[in-house]
Formats: sequence, structure tokens, C-alpha cells
Amino acid sequence: MSDGMIILFSLTVLLGGVGGAAVMTWWERRLLGIWQDRYGPNRLGPFGIMQVAADMLKLLTKDDWVPPFADKVVFIFAPTAIVMAMMLGFAVVPFGPGLQIIDMNIGLLFFLGMTSLAVYSVLLGGLASNNKYALLGGLRSAAQMVSYEVFMGLSLMGVVMLSGSFNLRVIVESQADGWYCISQFLGLFVFTVSGIAESHRLPFDLPEAEHELTAGFHTEYGGMKFAMFMLGEYLGLILISSMIVTLFFGGWLGPWLPPVVWFGIKTFIVICFFILLRAAIPRPRYDQLMSLGWKIMLPLTLVNLVVTGAVALWLSGASGGAA
Amino acid sequence: MQATETLQQTDIIAELYERFGEDCFQVQCCADGIATLWVDKPQFQYVLRFLKPKFPMLHDLFGIDERVRINREGQPAADFTVVYHLLSFTRNEDVRIKVALIEPDIQLPTIIDIWPNANWYEREVWDMFGIDFSGHPNLYRILMPPTWEGHPLRKDHPARATEMEPFSLDDHKQDIEQEALRFRPEEWGMERKNDDTEYMFLNLGPNHPSVHGVFRIALQLDGEVVVDAVPDIGYHHRGAEKMGERQTWHSFIPYTDRIDYLGGVMNNLAYVMSVEKLASIKVPDRAKVIRIMMSELFRISSHLVFYGTFAQDVGQMSPVFYMFADRERLFGIVEAITGGRMHPAWFRIGGVAQDLPIGWEKMVRDFIDAMPARLDHYDKMAMQNKILQKRAKGIGCYTQQEAIDWGITGPGLRATGMDWDLRRDRPYGGYDQFDFEVPVGNNGDSYDRTVVRIEEIRQSLKIVRQCLDNMPEGPYKSDHRLTTPPPKERTMQDIETLIHHFLNVSWGPAIPVGEATQLIEATKGHNSYHLISDGGTMSYRTRIRTPSFPHLQQIPLISRGLLIADLITIIASIDFVMADVDR
Repeated sequence: MSDGMIILFSLTVLLGGVGGAAVMTWWERRLLGIWQDRYGPNRLGPFGIMQVAADMLKLLTKDDWVPPFADKVVFIFAPTAIVMAMMLGFAVVPFGPGLQIIDMNIGLLFFLGMTSLAVYSVLLGGLASNNKYALLGGLRSAAQMVSYEVFMGLSLMGVVMLSGSFNLRVIVESQADGWYCISQFLGLFVFTVSGIAESHRLPFDLPEAEHELTAGFHTEYGGMKFAMFMLGEYLGLILISSMIVTLFFGGWLGPWLPPVVWFGIKTFIVICFFILLRAAIPRPRYDQLMSLGWKIMLPLTLVNLVVTGAVALWLSGASGGAA
Repeated sequence: MQATETLQQTDIIAELYERFGEDCFQVQCCADGIATLWVDKPQFQYVLRFLKPKFPMLHDLFGIDERVRINREGQPAADFTVVYHLLSFTRNEDVRIKVALIEPDIQLPTIIDIWPNANWYEREVWDMFGIDFSGHPNLYRILMPPTWEGHPLRKDHPARATEMEPFSLDDHKQDIEQEALRFRPEEWGMERKNDDTEYMFLNLGPNHPSVHGVFRIALQLDGEVVVDAVPDIGYHHRGAEKMGERQTWHSFIPYTDRIDYLGGVMNNLAYVMSVEKLASIKVPDRAKVIRIMMSELFRISSHLVFYGTFAQDVGQMSPVFYMFADRERLFGIVEAITGGRMHPAWFRIGGVAQDLPIGWEKMVRDFIDAMPARLDHYDKMAMQNKILQKRAKGIGCYTQQEAIDWGITGPGLRATGMDWDLRRDRPYGGYDQFDFEVPVGNNGDSYDRTVVRIEEIRQSLKIVRQCLDNMPEGPYKSDHRLTTPPPKERTMQDIETLIHHFLNVSWGPAIPVGEATQLIEATKGHNSYHLISDGGTMSYRTRIRTPSFPHLQQIPLISRGLLIADLITIIASIDFVMADVDR
């Protein structure tokens, strides 16, 4: 791609990401409504889709208030951090053959790095608010994300071993003979769980935990700064979903339809699955979440890693011996 | 009727006479047949101690301002009275101990060392009447704001805003009020730090998504672990008991609806039955069955709200919508029958307001036919969910003994394995004609409290079905001069009927002098109204004993050492509404 094309494409991805996140707020509410025996927003525009615009308008016109007791600079910076980190994460996502902003050799590591950066946003937001609920939320998120970060990274190593690359394009292309969701089902499971934990959505919304901590880390936030947190959360949801598709469901690969469409359909299905999880599962307790992570997720990941390593070694040994 | 009931109760009176001699007692005959004894102040603590093993539950403790009461025949002189209502499960009887106080010596020793749940009750009596309880560790105001002047249930305290200066809140006053609400741990015997930790004090409420109304708990936290908690109530206090003294016997009925606002007409039941006892009114069978059916429908409705919000409070998002949709169907039936939804105020002294409408059978049948399958579905969705079970099992346990000591009634008591239900054990209002089970739990934890309530929904459906299949014919209200005005057509014929009609609808009936309590198994536990009539058209004293009040008092006991998330589970599993606590 030429420079101009790259800039254009980057803008498309940025706007698509933000627009997708905005539409997702509406879609999630509609879908939850259907599952919960009610309507959801259905009044404004066709199927209520204009609700998105109305919400945006409302949030934009809200008073941009910083509590006098908060640490002002950090308080304002925190919500932007999550949006920036998530947006940057999209840079390495291969939407189709050649449709990638940066074809990076360490694309996967870059993605993991960006999702880790998002933790700062929640943590700083919680600390800067100078509010007890926000503080508890921030602490919870620090503990939760630090632990789940570990399994998130490790769970992907199986994929890396099988494809032999950190490059996301190569990973997708190597799935031409079979998606990794079959051979790496343990990795998929762990990555999905830690993905929800990373994007702190129900059932793992402990930093927020409305019923315990009112609104957790963003208790003091309102208006656009609150909207930024929300935007970050939905961007995270889309990013994690597209990574699941890229790493485990063959990315853009698929017959008949154009690759980008395949990518879109797959990502959409994964997103709907995340929304379904939100509708169905209660929230575990903080310490239960931690012990789930360290006592079940970590051993599972390690077993996956060892078995995959052994199989990969055996396979390469078999083929290498022949060569 | 009264005489026989009084005779049955003489056992306990004889035991007391034997132990303390007859001189220190004076027996009062009450319309409800509960043994009522006036005890001399020096002896009353010994008497209560003697009664504790026999009557293990302090069911209620309240005050009466006797200063302007006219009809007090057979009662010792008193300016104020403190009443201790004790309940025995094994003997299945109650006893009321009254202590007379003469001004200026309106002071009694506390009985917290005998019954721990006396703590809040004594605070309430102090708050409302200014009766001092010596030895009480924190005799602060409990329902009124800390800055309040006067004691509201005294007869000389204004009952209406129009009898007081217009209210205004300037900045200075607002500062004072806010400062008065500041939580000072030292007042509650809490340390601000120990050797290695500085505790965090978290103000949970009065506005918090999970406290079900305006309830505040001040938490002493070590990390997320609850070291201690101090519940603070009174934000929903509307002075229902005081209003009872200013409303006619009939016009107080709508106020009762708003006590346990999820229980609807169930609240009316306790009140109107107490009035009926005072006036010896017999209720026709049809009215009885209609009342039971409506009460059970409201029990289902209240438990559905509980079920949904419980699941929501442990972080499950969806169930509450299903349960509210069911409740909405139920309200459709309630609306068709009564015209109201949450607060129909539909029971009347001596019966109900109207007969059942045409077609009610189909609506009720459709509902009770559909519900069991839906409950099975919810059971799979919520109660069998492993995460929910992990959140609720073993959380917030109390033993049967603790439950009795703290005055826990209803599903919270049955969850500890106590097989006790007033509907079966003291059938009132026609419950003896119905066949139903009393579900009990084993562990007394949050999960069992939930399971018991869900099973109660099924049992209530069973009762409603029996009402549906066996609805008797006949009048829907009693033909008693105190309840039903003479027929309108006849008022134009003779002056006597006209006068009676006019008085009945303008002043309302004058209920005969006396005292009566009716205990009912309300949605959340024992609910009772102790009514005192001085022979007027209004109650002299209306005491409302609500189940949620003692239930909240023991929250600190069961939440110490747990996490904030557990505290939320406990609060959800107790199933209270703040109006039922504060009245």
C-alpha cells in the first residue's frame, strides 16, 4: 500500500472501530433485551439504532466535571489511555490479505502489550478519583489484570509454536489446513476467559461490580470521560473478538465470500457470544476469580503448552528426519 | 371466646405466681387472649430472666404513652408503659409483660444481656418516647435524625407539619445536619487502626445499588474484608405509627400497604384482623378465602422480587427480568380484582372491598398453571448455577439459637431448620382449612434462605389453587354495624339508618375499648399490629412489629470476617424493604 492508502486505511480502521463500538452499545442492549424477555432500545430510528446517536449527543452535552478532590491531570488522562491503547491494538489486526495497517513480525506481542497498557487506565482512574469505591475497584483491576495477563500470554504460545511465528498474518495463513480452535481448544478456552477478564465485562466485571462498588473505578466519572471508558471497553471487546478470530478461527479465511466479510462475520459471532456470556453467568467473588486463575487457568495453560510443544517437536522431528 | 382463651393461658400465669408470688403481678385481659401481666419495676428483670428459657424469643418491645388514655380500668397507674412481647415455639403461646413508669422516673434497666435484639428496640423506645434504658451501650436515636428535638410518639409531640413551624433548611443548618451524620468509629467502640493496619471506613449507602432502598451500613474494612459493620436505619421513617393515631380505623388501611411495600394486601391482613379481634367481628367464609388468596398472590409477588434481585445482587444479570415479567402478570390479576397494583388497600375491617370480578378464575388459573414450569426453568438458570452456589453457600450463616435470640422470623428462621410457620401452627383467618407444606432449610446460610423462599412460592401456588377450587359462595363482607354501613336504599326510609350511615362514613366506627395483637406470617416473617382502642374513632396506639427490623440488626453478626461481595449476598438473601424496617 502507498503512504496515502495507509493513512486512509488507518482512518477507516479508527473510525470503523469507534463506530463499531458505538453500534455495539446498541446491539448489546437489543440482544440482551431479546434474551431477557424485553425490548431494549427500539424507539429511535429503525430498530432503535438511532439510540446510538442520542446517547452520543447526551454524553457530549454533559457537564465536563472533575471532582475537586481528585488528582486532576491523572483523572483526565486515565480514560484516554484505554482508548489509545485499544486503538493502537487494532494496528496489527489482519482484516484480510494485505488489509493490515502494520504487518509486524511481533504483531502478537504488540497486541498483548497494548491490552496490558489498558490496565493503567483503570488503575489510574481508580486512584486519581480519590474515592473509596474507585480505589477498591482500581485495586481489584490491578490484581485481576496482572494475573490474567499471565495466562493470556501463555495461552497463545501454543498457537505461536504451531504456526512458528508471532506475525498475525502468518498465523492466519498457517490455518489454511485447519483452524487452531481444534488443536488449541485449551488455549482458546483460556484466552477467551482471560479476554473477558481483560475487558472487565460481566461476569468478570469486578473492578466495576455495580452491586458491590456502585460503579467501581469509574464512580466519579461522568460525561465524555465516562464515555471514553465505555468506548475503551467496547473497543476492547471488538479487539479481543477479532484476535480470537485471527488466532483460532482462521481470520479472514473462508470460501466464496470476500475475506473481509468472513473476518467481519466471524468477529460478530464471537462478540455475540461474549454478550450471551454477560447475560447468562453470575459474577464470581474476587478471591474466587483469583483462585480460578491461578489454580485452574494456569495449570491448564501449562499442560496445553507442554503437550503442544511435545507434539510440535514430534511432528517436526518426523518431518525433519525425512528432510 | 375470650374467656376460654384466657383460661388456656393461665399456665404461664400460674407458673409466675408460684415463682414470684401474686403481689408483683396484675393481670390484664386483652381481646386477643394473650396473657398480659403488669410487673412491678424492681421485679421485671427477674421475671424476664425466668421467662427466657420458656419464651426464647423477644418478639417485640415497644412503649405506650398512657398520659391521656381515658379507659384504663384494671391497669396500674402509669405515664408510660414498656411492653415486652415474648414468644414460645414449643408451647406455641405468647406472653406480654408490661412495666408501668411514672414521670419523672421514666427509666428502666436494659435487657440486652437477656435478649441481644433488645438493643434496637430499646433505642427505638428511647427515640420515640424518651424512656431511658440504663446500661444500654449506645442509646442513640435510631429512626429520627440525630438532631431531632422531642420524642415523636409522645402524645404532646405534633403529629402533622401544620402543627409545627414551617420547615426551612439554610446553609448553616445543613452543615449541622451533615456533620451529625458523620460516622465516628469511636462511638461504636471501633479502632481506627491496629498494630499493622489502618482500617478503611466505607459508607455503604444510604444510596447504593444493592441496599434495597435507603439503608446505610458503615463498614470497617481491612482490605476488602469486613472487620465490623454498623447498620444505620431511619432514612425511610415516615411515622406510620404516629399516623395510626390520627387516622380513623378504616382510613389507616392504605398506610399499612406501604409498610412492607412488596407485600401489598398482606399488610392489611394483620391490621384488619387486629381490629376485628378488638371489635369481635366475624368474617364470612368467602371473604376469608379471598383474603388468603390475595395474600398468597402477594407472597408470590414479593418472593419473585426477592428471587430476581438476589440473583442480580450476586451478579447475574438476566433472571430479574424474567421474575419481574411474572410479577407483572400477577399484577394484572391483582389489578383486575382490586383496581390497584402494588398498594391496593383492598381489605376492609370485616371483609374485603368488593366481590371478585367475573372471569377471575381464568386469570388466576392461567397464572398458577404456568408458574411451576417457569420456576423449574429459573431453578436451572439461577439456583443450579455453580458460581451462584459458590457465592451463596456457607455465606451469612446463623444457627437456630442465634436466629431465635435475634428475633429472626419467617424464611430466615426456617432456613435454619426451624419448622415454624404461623399459617400452620397458629392458623389465622382460615388457614386451617388449607393443605400445604412448610419448607425448611438446614444450614441457615444465604443459599438456604433463598431455597426456602422459592419452595414457598410453590406452596403458595398450591394454596391459591385450593382457593380457586373451593371458593365459597356468600357475602364478601361481614354484616356488622361497625364494618358495613346500613344499605343505602334504606337510609331514605328511616332516620336511625340514616344517622348510622352518616356516622359510619364520616367519623368512621368507634371500636370498643381494648388491646389486641394479631400475628401473621407475612412475606418476610412475623408481622403484627398491636392496637389499643380508647373507645374512639381512631386508634390510641398503633404498634407495628415488622420482621425486617430485627433482621437488619443482626447483619454485623453474620458478616464479620467476610468480603464486601459476601455482605451484598447477605443483604440480598435477607429480603428486606426499608419501609418495613423504618415504618
